[in-house]
Amino acid sequence: MKYYCIRFSILVFLIFFAAAPASIAQEATNTTMAVDTLAQAPPDVTPVMAKNVTVRDNPDDGGGSIRIDWDLSVDDHEGGKITAYRVLRSEAGTDDYVVVGDAPAGKSEFVDNAVTDGIEYLYKVAAINELKRNGEVIWSVMSDSDPIGPVKSSAQWFNMQRINVFVGTVFVCLAIFFFIQKAKSGQDLYIRKIAGLESVDEAVGRATEMGRKILFVPGINDMDNVQTIAGVAILGRVAQLAAEYETQIEVPVSRSLVMITAKEIVKESYSKAGRPDAFNEDQVHYITDDQFGYAAAIDGIIVRDKPATIFYMGAFFAESLIMAETGNSIGAIQIAGTGQPSQLPFFVASCDYTLIGEELFAASAYLSREPRLLGSIKGQDVAKAAILISIIIGVILETFSIYQFSNFFRVIGE
Amino acid sequence: MKKDFMIYAVVLALTLLFYFVIPKPIIFSTAVSYIIIVLIAVVLLFILIRTIQGKVYERRIVFLFVGIAVVLPFFMSLQQKIELSPEVKALYDAVMELKPGSKVLVSLDYDPPSAPELQPMAESFFELCFKRDLKVIIMGLWPQGPQQAELAIQKISKSPDIQALNLQYGRDYVNLGFQTGNEFVIQRMGGSFKSMFQTDYYGTPYDSLELVKNISNFSNIDFSFNLSAGYPGTIEWVQIGVDRFGVKLGAGNTAVQAPQVYPYIRSGQLVGLLGGLNGAAEFEKVTGVLGKGTKFMVSQSFAHVIVIAFIIIGNAAYFLGERKGRK
Amino acid sequence: MRREIPMIITAVVGFVFLIQYFIPHYPFSQLNNWFSDWFSIIGACAIWLGALNLMKISFDKVYRKGRDWGYSIVIIVSFILIVVIGFTGGESFRDFGTKFDWLYQWIYTPLSATMFALLAFFVASASYRAFRARNLEATLLLIAAFFVMIGRVPVGDAIAGIIHLPEVIYPSKVASWIMNYINGAGQRAIMIGIALGIVSTSLRIILGIERAHLGGE
Repeated sequence: MKYYCIRFSILVFLIFFAAAPASIAQEATNTTMAVDTLAQAPPDVTPVMAKNVTVRDNPDDGGGSIRIDWDLSVDDHEGGKITAYRVLRSEAGTDDYVVVGDAPAGKSEFVDNAVTDGIEYLYKVAAINELKRNGEVIWSVMSDSDPIGPVKSSAQWFNMQRINVFVGTVFVCLAIFFFIQKAKSGQDLYIRKIAGLESVDEAVGRATEMGRKILFVPGINDMDNVQTIAGVAILGRVAQLAAEYETQIEVPVSRSLVMITAKEIVKESYSKAGRPDAFNEDQVHYITDDQFGYAAAIDGIIVRDKPATIFYMGAFFAESLIMAETGNSIGAIQIAGTGQPSQLPFFVASCDYTLIGEELFAASAYLSREPRLLGSIKGQDVAKAAILISIIIGVILETFSIYQFSNFFRVIGE
Repeated sequence: MKKDFMIYAVVLALTLLFYFVIPKPIIFSTAVSYIIIVLIAVVLLFILIRTIQGKVYERRIVFLFVGIAVVLPFFMSLQQKIELSPEVKALYDAVMELKPGSKVLVSLDYDPPSAPELQPMAESFFELCFKRDLKVIIMGLWPQGPQQAELAIQKISKSPDIQALNLQYGRDYVNLGFQTGNEFVIQRMGGSFKSMFQTDYYGTPYDSLELVKNISNFSNIDFSFNLSAGYPGTIEWVQIGVDRFGVKLGAGNTAVQAPQVYPYIRSGQLVGLLGGLNGAAEFEKVTGVLGKGTKFMVSQSFAHVIVIAFIIIGNAAYFLGERKGRK
Repeated sequence: MRREIPMIITAVVGFVFLIQYFIPHYPFSQLNNWFSDWFSIIGACAIWLGALNLMKISFDKVYRKGRDWGYSIVIIVSFILIVVIGFTGGESFRDFGTKFDWLYQWIYTPLSATMFALLAFFVASASYRAFRARNLEATLLLIAAFFVMIGRVPVGDAIAGIIHLPEVIYPSKVASWIMNYINGAGQRAIMIGIALGIVSTSLRIILGIERAHLGGE
């Protein structure tokens, strides 16, 4: 019954809606006029129209939008006679103006995103003065600007506002490519010691000595997060070591896709270690997508099973400390790695080793020592050096009020 | 396991007992409240002395005191002076600068666990918007976000000030509901809101909603506010909403998340920030509607002082251990 | 082929995502929308795999009477209860006053909030253990923690007022300064490192150099 009512009201609404443009167009044809809605507007409330209305194709977009700018009306000030501006549009050659939208007083621009590319349009901006009481319009008057146009929208092939990002991206990619090639050619690349990764063998060994299991927590984000990918890459190495040492490894996950990937990785690692028969499907199991439900389950596993070693590798949020402190309370050796800056302090306080941000992403290269992977890390370092130099130059120039350099790095908004 | 279930049963029984035995909330007078505070301070001092004498306290004692510090203030009638921080003031000023009729997009990206911190922010922000005749468009990147918005609006609607405004759904505010896809939702909203929200929370078609039918994307939005408890949240709104589509953004974050978004304030990508319960209380103060944020701040103050006390105790134990070690 | 096909898909999708940022023209403006839709659809369908896995493991445990099997019964019962109530509630199952809403408000909300609230206790115990003046760095950390903790609550300024501290070193002012400058700078440095790490890892994945997540090196 409820649905029929909703459908019926939508139908009534649509019929009304279909009839509405004609009446709106009728109202909009006069250049200056007063519209009386519920009550007669008092005299001298009609606002002065907006001046210098300009229209142009909205730049650097995929088409379908036109930008309208105007100078504020002289009546647009605190206590003035303007409450809003109404933008009206008609196709060139017709006089059927439809309301496109309202901009509040004080605003001198509007973007019409409901146009079709290639069609010419004319625009008018109406300055409105309305009196509202309890949300209801008591009276409303408006004065239109002259029609402006024609203008048509089009799509662009390159977003010029992002040229700086493009240059930066190309530079970073080239630096990484260059060092990958260099590494391929056999050049030895130095990578500093990362304590957290050096201790992986020791941590797995400890679990073997104690005869307890290893717990691997791959974070609470899905496979579309690079942190999760970096986390499960470490899982491969840990699982292989666990298989070699004949130590049980358990991977509780909070996303189905992570479960599928982690299963595949652990299975592969067991094969590589020469013990494919020791792999049990249930070692990798799903718990829940819910953040704190997951944290509760991990805490439960930690308290009941008392694993000797716990790895936290991936994206973590407020649940990080809840899990890491529980692990700490049972005396497990804990190694964490995340790219969430806000969770790093918690892991540092509760874990034995923490991979800070980029160390997590370097883990796969570090553990495998594959030259091409190491090369990419070297390229990343060069990009970082370039950023550092830019920051220093920027700071010096800003200090002397030269802003052009820092403006080049500006990306906010379109 | 049997033991565990027995403990749960006992906790449940005790809860029911308290529920029926104590029919109305107990509020201590100010004098009694101060006596309790002094007593707690004396016990802490005793723990410090015992620590210096060589006794080591385990973490359960810390838990006990934190528990007391959080719970006791609910029964006390204490007031504290809340100072306004620049981040909160900046957000308030940005909202106050908006002209009546401006469109404000509010994304509630959190779920009930973070509600104690973020719900007071949502309530006071909505109230401020409605009082200033700003048109509010609600959405959520977390499934439970829009439901939290409904709870907030339901709550503030009871106040006579809001009732007098005669708010109408569809005209003054709209709840577009939840959309899956995390940051991709923001990205696609940059092209078209309607492509992500064909219907609102109640199933009404987008084009049938008076308030949003002429809003096609961010270019028609005057201000955005995001309440975030993690991913997706403020960081994604900044990276996509602000950097790509020029959204003017303010945010409210849980205390855990807030430090991470501070850099975005000074860079101008965030207009203002409400950080944790403290931010909520400050916003309540500046908007003049005191609510749960202000009330819960007393607990927060107590808890912080207790943690600091235990840090001092911990350090006393550490130095003592060092000295003994040297001997 | 088991490896190559995923790698080709990764390379194509990754490249398209990269260039669509710079090319607003159709079809590039739409390609990433389609890909993100596909991810959502795959992700939504995969939820069933997770749910079935959870049920399989729980039923197995109950059947074998494994350790703590009573908890598995709790999982099974709650799972079935929520699913049944959700489905029988029809399209408006989330509305106020429905059974689902009741479960949400009075069971799910307090349980989740309880877990989150544990953070307060764990922050205290971690601080108790971690903030010790072992050396110069740890002492600086301790001092910063002290000011931020006391400065973020009104009681800090109240105490400062009682002991007549100059206003510039009121805990709230010091905390704000630490958060904006020291914390802000540190966060930025870590974020830049992480962003570059993400770029580098993503490139390795797109180029097929990084294969550890596919189960091979």
